[in-house]
Amino acid sequence: MFAYYFQLGLRSLRRNPILTALMVMAIGFGVGASMITYSVFRATSNNPIPQKSGQLYAVQIANWKTDDLDKGEPPSALTYTDAMAFMQAHKAKRQTALYPIAPSVIPADASRLPIEENSYAWYGDAFAMFDIPFLYGGAWTQAQDDAHAAVVVIGRKLNDKLFNGANSVGKTIDLDGHDYRITGVIDEWNPQPLFFDPVNTGGFGDPIGLFIPFTRAVDLQMSTAGNNNCNDTPGPGWSNWIHSECIWIEYWAELPTTADADAYKRWLTGYAAEQQRAGRFKWAPNVRLRNVTDWLDFNKVVPPESKISLLVSLGFLLICLVNTIGLLLAKFMRRAPEIGVRRALGASRREIYVQFLVEAGTVGLTGGVLGLLLTGVGVLGVGWVFDEQIARLATLDASLVLLTLIAAVLATLLAAFYPTWRAAQVQPAWQLKSN
Amino acid sequence: MQIGPILVALRRHKAGTTLIALQIALTLAIVCNALFIIQQRLVRVDRPSGVQETNLFVIQNDWPQKLSPQDADARMRADLQALRGLSSVQDASSSNSFPLRGSGWDNFVRMTPEQVKMTTDTAIFFSDEHTLATLGTRLIAGRNFRSEEVGSQGGTDPMHARQIIVSKGLAQLLFPHDSALGKTVYVSGDNAPSTIIGVTDTLQAHMTGLWAQAYAYNALLVPARLTGDSTFYLVRARPGQLADAMRQAKAALYAQTRMRMIPPHDGVMTFAQVRERAYDADYGMAILMGIICAVLLVITAAGIVGLTSFWVGQRRRQIGVRRALGARQRDILGYFLTENLLITLGGVLLGIVLALSMNLWLVLRLGVQPLSLTYLAAGVVLLLLLGQGAVLAPAMKASRVPPVEATRSV
Repeated sequence: MFAYYFQLGLRSLRRNPILTALMVMAIGFGVGASMITYSVFRATSNNPIPQKSGQLYAVQIANWKTDDLDKGEPPSALTYTDAMAFMQAHKAKRQTALYPIAPSVIPADASRLPIEENSYAWYGDAFAMFDIPFLYGGAWTQAQDDAHAAVVVIGRKLNDKLFNGANSVGKTIDLDGHDYRITGVIDEWNPQPLFFDPVNTGGFGDPIGLFIPFTRAVDLQMSTAGNNNCNDTPGPGWSNWIHSECIWIEYWAELPTTADADAYKRWLTGYAAEQQRAGRFKWAPNVRLRNVTDWLDFNKVVPPESKISLLVSLGFLLICLVNTIGLLLAKFMRRAPEIGVRRALGASRREIYVQFLVEAGTVGLTGGVLGLLLTGVGVLGVGWVFDEQIARLATLDASLVLLTLIAAVLATLLAAFYPTWRAAQVQPAWQLKSN
Repeated sequence: MQIGPILVALRRHKAGTTLIALQIALTLAIVCNALFIIQQRLVRVDRPSGVQETNLFVIQNDWPQKLSPQDADARMRADLQALRGLSSVQDASSSNSFPLRGSGWDNFVRMTPEQVKMTTDTAIFFSDEHTLATLGTRLIAGRNFRSEEVGSQGGTDPMHARQIIVSKGLAQLLFPHDSALGKTVYVSGDNAPSTIIGVTDTLQAHMTGLWAQAYAYNALLVPARLTGDSTFYLVRARPGQLADAMRQAKAALYAQTRMRMIPPHDGVMTFAQVRERAYDADYGMAILMGIICAVLLVITAAGIVGLTSFWVGQRRRQIGVRRALGARQRDILGYFLTENLLITLGGVLLGIVLALSMNLWLVLRLGVQPLSLTYLAAGVVLLLLLGQGAVLAPAMKASRVPPVEATRSV
């Protein structure tokens, strides 16, 4: 029966090609626009480390008076003083302070120009915390952190460039005129959004290809390549700056259970209270622990453009559906006499329902195919509308294809519900009489 | 035209009437908000930067080795001299940032040393005596920096500026009632006063974000070279020699020393590229909203045509009867036009409520500005016209139904 209804549906659609085309276009455009903007929203609101997002916490502490804070929230970065106190306390399973740096890789061959690489200074724990895969070797040790060792972990791309992809563990590279020994080469790793530092990157960007120990970077007075915010001016020179209330460091703690997180938060509050007693803070403890998803949300990683365009597209889809309801109603009611004949010959209301829903489903599926084409074209054109770094994350994959088709069919069936109900209410006697 | 009979007839087509009205309402809500967003974005994009943008380009230069402040300053001075010596270059200057760059250094400005809350926020541009000429920005009062006033400052050192030049926007914010020239403000780290020696014409800050809308024209020039790990060189090419100057400048810098990095993709950018990058998201939003509006209006119009055609088909006999009883063609035409006008008006009333609620949500959640009523009014007129336009073809068809139709059975 389904095949027969499908055939009937196709026949009926061919009968008013303009009306059919209108419906298919409405569904196609509505679904297409929604899917294009959804692909961007999906990319920007992605959870980059789902297996651990609930165990990794960004640490915040208010080291400025409430007047200098944004809506009373502690700042998104820490001072060197606080970050070092947290590292020394070592209260989490793993922890790291981190900041972006901009060293240059100076090739051994003097005829080649220095290479710039997106780099971070952090602790050896970070590699295990963030589940970073290694191609060769591994992270540096805690002893090397403590010894301010000149060691480095490089990314696969830089390893290809400098060592033609060979295992370079144990070799040295020159950064800003200092030698560093390679302890590991990491494999492809580029979480988007860049959850561990949305503050300095905005959340999207090129992969990070080089890491050195935090302690070493501070020894060499490498200033941050990201934001530095001061509510008061430090004295001149490096030492005054790192001991000031200027904030420029991100801090992450791995706390496997909620009990661990609670304990950590208590400890953090205690630390702030201690600072208050010591006279450094003249306000009550104000601290936050935010897991990965909360942290990305707090830093507003999803651009407002993405939310607005998704919202507008969904509104657009809604209008297309209202439009489709009207057109289907017109189409179905025009066939009232035909329904009357079928009902008089013994078709039940159920049969009428099935027949017309199948017909609507056919429209939906055709609209879905059109929507899919539009989505494909649209995803290619996302670069026109969104930032390049975000646009390249929006892709048409199998799940989006499936979602497009399902959304189109479901939306059309939903729209068809009322017209079908009206069709099923047709009184056979009434229709037959007037003929 | 009598409205009574139309209303009675509409009562017999509740579903269709409701659907058209609902569609009009939703379209109005989306179109007004989208048009408003487009306008907001275009206003931002059209703002003048205060910079003579043609023939200007920017070079980003990073030092691969840690240089002492003295060495960095010496290299910057040598670089600038080399750049200014090029035949295709009119002038050049170094800076930590520039208008429209998006990020940079901004400082709070206070009127007295004791003041706790800032008066306003401003972009800080480290400049020399060539900066204004390079940007092509005029002074409207006071004087430029003299070469002996231009010093240097380490990358992490606090700022200490005794003489400053401020933009017109900042001057007006700080001293709304009289001239800013000769006045003192507090921006420096050591809490010492800075004297305003010059006021420029309009000059935009580096901040382009929506958060900095209120500070967009606050710029403050400090007479020093900032000797950090990296610097920008602003270069003005001689008219018509932009491409040559860009190529020659890069070569001239590498001839000074190869121990530098100029990022391969965006290390050398024309100011046109800077502008494009700054407003990328705004153009994108405007394009997207424009496309959605256009398609939406077409679909809504098509829906009205479809449903009205169906009604005309259903009522052929009644139309025939009316014609047979003496109604003229234009009476029939008027009937359908009025019917549509009534439905559209109903939809528009609901749409105004929807548009305002949608805008309220955008204001509260996403920091969009409150909808201007002009846009709402424009949207209402647009949809009334759209409704009348869409119904015209089916209504004409209806008016051509011959009176003889009354005598036929279906």
